[in-house]
Amino acid sequence: MPEAMGFFTDTTICIGCKACEVACKNWNQLPATNGGVTQLSGDSYDNTRKLDGTHWRHVKFIEQFEGPYNGRWLMMSDVCKHCVQAPCLEICPTGAIIRTEFDTVVIQSDVCNGCRACIAACPFGVIEVNHVSGTAQKCTLCYDRVGVGLEPACSKACPTDSIQFGPIAELRERAQRRVEQLHAQGETRAQLYGADPSGPLGGLNSFYLLVDEPEVYGLPRNPQLPTRNLKKSAMFSVASAVVLGLLGLVGLRKQRMDERARGGGGEGEGGAGNV
Amino acid sequence: MSDTFVTAAPHWTWFIIPYFFVGGLAGGAYFLAALLEWFGRPEDRPVIRTGYYVAMAGAIVSGALLTVDLGRPLRFWHMLLQSERLPNLMFKPWSPISFGSWGLLLFGGCAALSTLGALAEQGTLQARALKALHGGVPARLIAAAGGLLGFFVAGYTGVLLSVTNRPIWADSPWLGALFVVSGASTGAATLILLAPRAAPRRSLAWLSTFDRNALIIELLLIVVFLVSLGSVARVWVSGWGLLLLVGVIGAGIVLPLRPHFQSTGSGAMSELAMVNSALWVLLGGFLLRLTILMASEGIQLHRVAGT
Repeated sequence: MPEAMGFFTDTTICIGCKACEVACKNWNQLPATNGGVTQLSGDSYDNTRKLDGTHWRHVKFIEQFEGPYNGRWLMMSDVCKHCVQAPCLEICPTGAIIRTEFDTVVIQSDVCNGCRACIAACPFGVIEVNHVSGTAQKCTLCYDRVGVGLEPACSKACPTDSIQFGPIAELRERAQRRVEQLHAQGETRAQLYGADPSGPLGGLNSFYLLVDEPEVYGLPRNPQLPTRNLKKSAMFSVASAVVLGLLGLVGLRKQRMDERARGGGGEGEGGAGNV
Repeated sequence: MSDTFVTAAPHWTWFIIPYFFVGGLAGGAYFLAALLEWFGRPEDRPVIRTGYYVAMAGAIVSGALLTVDLGRPLRFWHMLLQSERLPNLMFKPWSPISFGSWGLLLFGGCAALSTLGALAEQGTLQARALKALHGGVPARLIAAAGGLLGFFVAGYTGVLLSVTNRPIWADSPWLGALFVVSGASTGAATLILLAPRAAPRRSLAWLSTFDRNALIIELLLIVVFLVSLGSVARVWVSGWGLLLLVGVIGAGIVLPLRPHFQSTGSGAMSELAMVNSALWVLLGGFLLRLTILMASEGIQLHRVAGT
């Protein structure tokens, strides 16, 4: 049985070159958007803006500026988190989303019918429909490359090793050492996001080293499974149905009793046009 | 900020909104017909038959809307069968879409059988085999199953929304209950509008009273739903919030409730007032789905924070 594999992304050494985005698009033959014409976001140096069905890697530029000279960029190469307890996999009604032998999460494009349940289920906003295939798509953690012993295209292309690929256990140790190093250097805000297997969603097989709060990077503080609401929501629905059923029965009974009190048949009662 | 705000919208819009509405009223109409099938009188038969016809038409329209909405419509059957392991069934009881696909299919089956029975009862269909489908024990058993499935079809759509990670939807567990009640009220309104004019007034009066009660519960549930959202409720300070207030609560609940409390004299409502109220109820039911879906769909933050 192969080991669980994944990504450790050290955001402190990302330089925002977007080589990972290009490598991902190249290897996975993802189509260009807007006919290949660059569409400027207009309010950021980041023009990709988000992950979607044709952008399986996205380098976020978090521009924290107060005035033109006072501030900093945080850069983070974002991707599917390959959650250990994956909300998309849990909710997919067609069985298109599977867990691979590398403990990664893959959408089988030939099974997906584009219902988009996984999009609403993903707590990270990773998945969207690829309008060429008509199916939901996202990072496969280069399942085809990993299967033949190759490194995923993005981490292979990353010039600073901000994206590191390997066995999860090994990556966690490496990440912990890096946090300690940063703390020792005075960067006390350094923290891991998603590295704890006892944390939300059983840990993320693509986890991050951050130097600010998760919200600043557009990450949920406490990502959860969508089925957390299932029991309560179903119970309330059943209760409301029971109440309505009883009201219907009480209404029928009351009608009969009123008719009996009036001395019989209800048909033809009331004036014309009245009930 | 709720964690739900960093997620992506599934774009469940112009096919799903009418589906939620049509599925709700079809389920509600069948449920009411089933209730009359079991506990009604022979004079209620025209309303019962109308309920079955509405349910059948609603199930067909629902299936069509859901299929067209898929990115790959020809793969609609992947919801029911494992496409890679035929003929194994595809069923995940904890996934509302999976459960709902089966629920809608079975509901459609019950509605079809009941419709055949109703057509035979009216003499439109003459086959001897159809006799068992109206009036007898089999017809009542089908009605019982279909009535329960009707409520399921009306309500699972709300549960489906709550079982996501999207803002508003996943921030409250009350949408399923709200949709069940709205489905029942729009179902009753549809029957009031479509039942043959020859239907006994008593049946229509029962529907009208039922609708009144459902609307009162719906109003209460909307308040509970909004309160349960907590800090997320501020998203309703928007055009969708205005539509919820004016269209759903004002036009769809308060307006149709008014005649019920004005006609104090004989306790009766004129037929015109009843039809008028039913039309407003249908508008309100549609706007409820529209506002709930679109208010969340509109929240599509670029997931680049910190700016």
